[in-house]
Amino acid sequence: MTTKATPPTAVAPTRRRGIETARARQAIWLLLPTLIAIAVVAGYPLYRTFFFALHEANLTTPDQRTFLGLGNFWFTTDEGVPLGFLQDPKWWTAVRNTLLFTVVSVFLETVLGMIIALVVNSAFKGRAFLRTAMLVPWAIPTVVSAQMWAYMYNDSFGLVGRGLLGGQALLANTDSAIWALIAVDVWKTTSFMALLILAGLQSLPGDMYEAADMDGASRWTQFWRLTLPLLRPALLVALVFRSLDALRVFDIMYVMLGPVNASSTSMTGYARLAMIDNSQLGLGSAVAVAIFLIIMVIVVMYVTAFRVKFD
Amino acid sequence: MYLKRTNPFMFYLQRVLFYVLVLVITVYLLFPFFWAVLTSFRRAGDLFLPPLQFLTAPSTLSNYTQVFSNPNFQRGLLYSVIVAVASVVISLLLGSFAAYALGRFKFRGKAFILYIILAVSVFPQIAVLGGLFTLVQATRLFNSPVALIFSYLIFTIPFTVWVLTSFVRDIPGELEEAALVDGASPLQTLFRVLFPVMMPALVTTGLLAFINAWNEYLFALTFTSSNRTVPVVIANYSGASQYDQPWGPIMAASIVVTVPLIILVLVFQRNIVSGLTAGAVKG
Repeated sequence: MTTKATPPTAVAPTRRRGIETARARQAIWLLLPTLIAIAVVAGYPLYRTFFFALHEANLTTPDQRTFLGLGNFWFTTDEGVPLGFLQDPKWWTAVRNTLLFTVVSVFLETVLGMIIALVVNSAFKGRAFLRTAMLVPWAIPTVVSAQMWAYMYNDSFGLVGRGLLGGQALLANTDSAIWALIAVDVWKTTSFMALLILAGLQSLPGDMYEAADMDGASRWTQFWRLTLPLLRPALLVALVFRSLDALRVFDIMYVMLGPVNASSTSMTGYARLAMIDNSQLGLGSAVAVAIFLIIMVIVVMYVTAFRVKFD
Repeated sequence: MYLKRTNPFMFYLQRVLFYVLVLVITVYLLFPFFWAVLTSFRRAGDLFLPPLQFLTAPSTLSNYTQVFSNPNFQRGLLYSVIVAVASVVISLLLGSFAAYALGRFKFRGKAFILYIILAVSVFPQIAVLGGLFTLVQATRLFNSPVALIFSYLIFTIPFTVWVLTSFVRDIPGELEEAALVDGASPLQTLFRVLFPVMMPALVTTGLLAFINAWNEYLFALTFTSSNRTVPVVIANYSGASQYDQPWGPIMAASIVVTVPLIILVLVFQRNIVSGLTAGAVKG
């Protein structure tokens, strides 16, 4: 798709142009394996997902399908039974819970991450140790941290479930479970947020703070007037990436709540239950398309808002 | 420092409060893991004990011996290693070709390709799950580690391409020009000249991609039935009866799959932090 290399207006010696054309051709060969791999593992499956979203199909017999148009999204039978997932209140519960999960956990991660980053950024004994300790929750596999917390929340064994709450089964009820899940995600990813903020803090110029000290600005003023505005770009990038991760969350819900309850706490869980557990390939694909579109809209907004450029 | 002379009480109060904060943060970050480690060394009957008695209850290795003699867990470890290593090797190889082209060559459509790779790296995995499942079924790769090795490329390739491209850009051009003048082909230049320079970046990206592949759950859960990787084994670990969750062995298995990662992360601390920030900022 990109074999033409030299721009027609380039005024260059023919020898140089020859080298550039040759290099452009070589670049394609170097890129080809990656492009083929992406086409096979991402492009074609994504096309199939969009295709199945418009069909009624069963997972075990995907070849026996009937075209349904947008029926998987919004379908009402002649008897008036609503079948499209957009008519399913459980889908909207999943959307509401996912949004709650995203907003609250990303907010808490940012605030706690900022506090931890500021502490680690100041000089004190044991700073190196804390910096190392920060990496531990991040390095633990998500499934493992989900099991660790499921154990802590357990109503007959757990430190939190039995000890702090006196035997309440926090995970049994979706309304309380969502807060328990937020706590797990915050614990796991706050340190990642703190790392990104710390990297931003360490790139701030030190002499600026000296000048602020001379002018008699308090630490509090310095934080709000200097640190925060200068940190904004790094903070926004971290926020967007964490939000995208939170929107497609799957592991913690599925491991801690099981397939059925996970489907009312996360959009991804809802899609997987329909597609795999219930074998409704068409319906599940339609849900997956919806999730894909939501995430892509956010990404496009992000790319245009921050004017991300590639040369 | 002035405060120490003018108002020593306030000075020491501030110090003490600061160290209390440090302590709270440390406990918050490490305590859940510490509690899991502790549980992994406790006998099943002691799990009911109140916290203080639980802390001092006798230790045992029985959870670990039970985990290691579990055939599902043994197989899980084997498949996890195979799948993670293979997908990392493939994506490092393909990724470094692509990164070399994107970081060093000028051609039309480069920005477009970079946009595509960025788009793939923010893909929700669920968007390709159904399509990949039918593909896996049609190629009869269901339950085969090959299915996982290839499907993991969806997140390892974009990541390696991104981080390696930004690294290749920073390599001084003279190195490559010298090789070019000597008549080396691009592949020779890449393998003989750039790879040695890129070693630290390859190790870092490889390690981060390995961690992601090691932790992957959704694809492993969907594309395999008996040849599970460790995250799926741990999530499904069951005891004698359906209602009996064997927390001791579950925690032991969790520690076994986590400790190697923690050691790797601590050893490569500096590289990890720089790789993470590069990967997160650039996609």
